[in-house]
Amino acid sequence: MKILVVDDSNTMRRIIKTLLAGLNVNDVLEAENGEVGLATLRNNMPIDIVMLDWNMPVMDGFTCLKAIRADATLKNVMVVMCTSESEKGKVVEALKEGANNYIVKPFTPEIVKEKLKL
Amino acid sequence: MDVAYVNPFISSTIETFKTMMKIDVQPGKPSLKVNGEPTHDVSGIIGLSGGAQGAISLSFPKIVALKSVSAMIGMEIKIIGPEITDGIGEIVNIIAGHAKQNLTGYNLTISLPNVVVGKNHSVITPTGTPCIVVPFTSMIGIFAMEVSLKTEK
Repeated sequence: MKILVVDDSNTMRRIIKTLLAGLNVNDVLEAENGEVGLATLRNNMPIDIVMLDWNMPVMDGFTCLKAIRADATLKNVMVVMCTSESEKGKVVEALKEGANNYIVKPFTPEIVKEKLKL
Repeated sequence: MDVAYVNPFISSTIETFKTMMKIDVQPGKPSLKVNGEPTHDVSGIIGLSGGAQGAISLSFPKIVALKSVSAMIGMEIKIIGPEITDGIGEIVNIIAGHAKQNLTGYNLTISLPNVVVGKNHSVITPTGTPCIVVPFTSMIGIFAMEVSLKTEK
């Protein structure tokens, strides 16, 4: 199981990485924005899951999600939004664009485990 | 003046500290801030735009900022540096984003967070925009939330 965590907050990436280690997922890559995330994803396939923040500089998570879904070589990657954007409209928008699941911050390890289907 | 919009930010702060840091925080009585009043040592600020305009900030004494971020990442941090500014920015980002689900009438967009460090600095709001201060107490110390929002209501 290989997971890519895309979040502009180093703190949040560290929290998620620690949490995933507690779920026995140790193959974790990191990226600080959507643009770097997309490049990291393309250069390190196969990656099973991308955890994607929404509000980030350079390229936001929603744009990155659309780019992933527009790339046939990445079609099997599970994308889970992991963001503080909590409005129902945002959740629907992301799911419509091909996100497989949606985690709203703040989250518990149990929620992450359930949403990532670990 | 309708200040009901402050309530989602209060409940979001309580939930964020409880879920991410396992810390119970208790809100005190909200009051109207007088501009120029000093806050604390480390402030995380997020701009709000859309159907209303303003900002939310969380301001911490240095020791409380250190303890908050340490609790969130599960590792003790002893000095104010990039880890603290990033962590405080993320805390205010989570609080603002989470509060939005109960503020749908305003169709708010949140900015990326900014963090200010400096003893007794003050966060000034634009003239004509009321700023509500909510003090919080907790086992790790005190901090304050400030919400300034110019609404049509």
